[in-house]
Amino acid sequence: MRAEALAGLRRREGVALALLAVALLAAPVVVNGYILSVLVLALFAAYFGTAWNLLTGFAGQLSLGHALYVGLGAYASAALFVRVGLPPWLGMIVGMAIAAAAGSIIGALSFRFGVTGVYFALLTIAFNEFTRILFDHFGWVGATSGLFLPVANRTHDNLWTLRGSPVMFYYLLLALTSAALLICHRLLNRRIGYYWQAIREDQEAAQALGINVFRTKLWAMALSAAMTALGGGVMAFYDNNLYPDTVFATGRSIEIITAPIIGGLGTLFGPILGAFVLTGLGEIMSWVSGSFHIDGLKQWCYGAALLAIVALQPSGLWPWLRSLLALGGGRR
Amino acid sequence: MIYLNIIVAGLLTGAVYGLMALGLSVIFGVIRIVNFAHGEMMVVAMYAAWLLNQGLGLDPLAALPLVTAGLLCLGYALQRGLINRYIARPDHEQFLLLLAVAIIITASLLMGFGPDARNVQLAYAYDSYEVGGLLLDKVRVLAAASAALGALALTAFFRFTRTGKAIRACADNQFGAQVVGLDVKRLYAITFGLGAACVGAAGCLLLLLVDVQPYIATDYTLLAFIIVILGGLGSVSGALLGGLLVGVSEALSGFLVEPSFKSAISFGLLILVLLVRPQGLMGRRA
Repeated sequence: MRAEALAGLRRREGVALALLAVALLAAPVVVNGYILSVLVLALFAAYFGTAWNLLTGFAGQLSLGHALYVGLGAYASAALFVRVGLPPWLGMIVGMAIAAAAGSIIGALSFRFGVTGVYFALLTIAFNEFTRILFDHFGWVGATSGLFLPVANRTHDNLWTLRGSPVMFYYLLLALTSAALLICHRLLNRRIGYYWQAIREDQEAAQALGINVFRTKLWAMALSAAMTALGGGVMAFYDNNLYPDTVFATGRSIEIITAPIIGGLGTLFGPILGAFVLTGLGEIMSWVSGSFHIDGLKQWCYGAALLAIVALQPSGLWPWLRSLLALGGGRR
Repeated sequence: MIYLNIIVAGLLTGAVYGLMALGLSVIFGVIRIVNFAHGEMMVVAMYAAWLLNQGLGLDPLAALPLVTAGLLCLGYALQRGLINRYIARPDHEQFLLLLAVAIIITASLLMGFGPDARNVQLAYAYDSYEVGGLLLDKVRVLAAASAALGALALTAFFRFTRTGKAIRACADNQFGAQVVGLDVKRLYAITFGLGAACVGAAGCLLLLLVDVQPYIATDYTLLAFIIVILGGLGSVSGALLGGLLVGVSEALSGFLVEPSFKSAISFGLLILVLLVRPQGLMGRRA
């Protein structure tokens, strides 16, 4: 009986996943340029959200400064490309290494000195803001006047130099997001994933069981930072211009974390669902409020929507949607 | 002498920062909620003082009691109606809740007042006192003195009134306070109101010194975080000390290094303190 029910669930999940995959793969063929650009934004949010969710959702460390790693990845790959002529992907590997190192240092300092919870969150903001101001004065990468990549040739897609059309970036991001999702899924079913969840639920108990809490949390920091930096690198080549005040903005950190929280913190699909819901919501609202010509109406509706979600579905939209569609998967 | 002048100006501004951060510290110390809408609440107060100045010609100092009372009610209502339900929730839910409140406040101000910077014109804006070669701006002296009075009043309230003592009991042991029959939710609402009153007063005083604009709110939220962590979350004297420290470091770095570097130095201080003494300069270990 039970096995049959389980098989039914698996089938439903498989069908849902296949439908989603077909829809996402076919989307660029069907939609116009504007909607495609919105979808690219949503995929960026989904990717960053998935990377952040690894640290905060699985390992339980609330980071409010993930724009730091976006910026490090973006600036490393873009500056090395513009100044040294290093191909984007090699620059991104450098950026990932730098971000992983930065994340490990921040983590090592905080965890060594027992900085946790709210204090840790505020420390991540401080490091992010501090780096932003440093980059404001960092002449080699253009400081406040910005760093620009040569204008993209949008007719020929070249995946190696990352010059090409939005469609190329769409599929690239779709692949990256799927890969990130897969990595999270694999890690969660391994020892380190269980360690992370144990630490999230009760750090002292995890320590008492003999888990090396310090090292396990550092892995989460480094991995999440490196994944975020990779997305930052792709973002640099999609946007073609970088300013410290927008790349490292605390507002970006907040954007990165709202999608996974709305979607369902600590779930696998939550960050992706949240990203699509929030990006869509933002676009609908700018479209609606654009016809009224009132400054601030869009942000107001956005805030109200956040409030409504946190009031009605505080544990996120994905757990609710999943039970609505009668899909399995436990807490994920 | 020029250094002394700059340091004193920084100290005077720092006193106002201290009062603002005191509100955050009181709220966290008792309710254990980080008010991510703190700067936004202060900007509301600044606009209220600006409106009273434009409409009735009130000096922001004269508007201060009115605005403070208004923010007290607002804070009470916010805690009673909304935040009380999220007390026992995980950090990220509380964060999202207050983020939503902050976004709504900024957007409402933007809808009401537009993005332009506003300020008040004062007859005594450029007056100054000279004390033994030391030049003191009149507005800064008035603002700092009022901030000190506000902090003193709050301390007296917590020390001598029944409600103040009850709130301290809640902060020390919420469960115990409930057991002896204190209405914890009401006390939390009063506390949030008091925290809001602090930013109400600080907002009026700050309007004497700077222009107001909807988007400055986030910067002040971050500034308040820096200050309370420097001084120690939940500590009254710590918030004031942190305010003075940040005021002086901002003034000095604006003069010695570059104005755009001033917040980097504050954040650097914050990182240093968090790593060396995470409970803050005046804080106790939890």
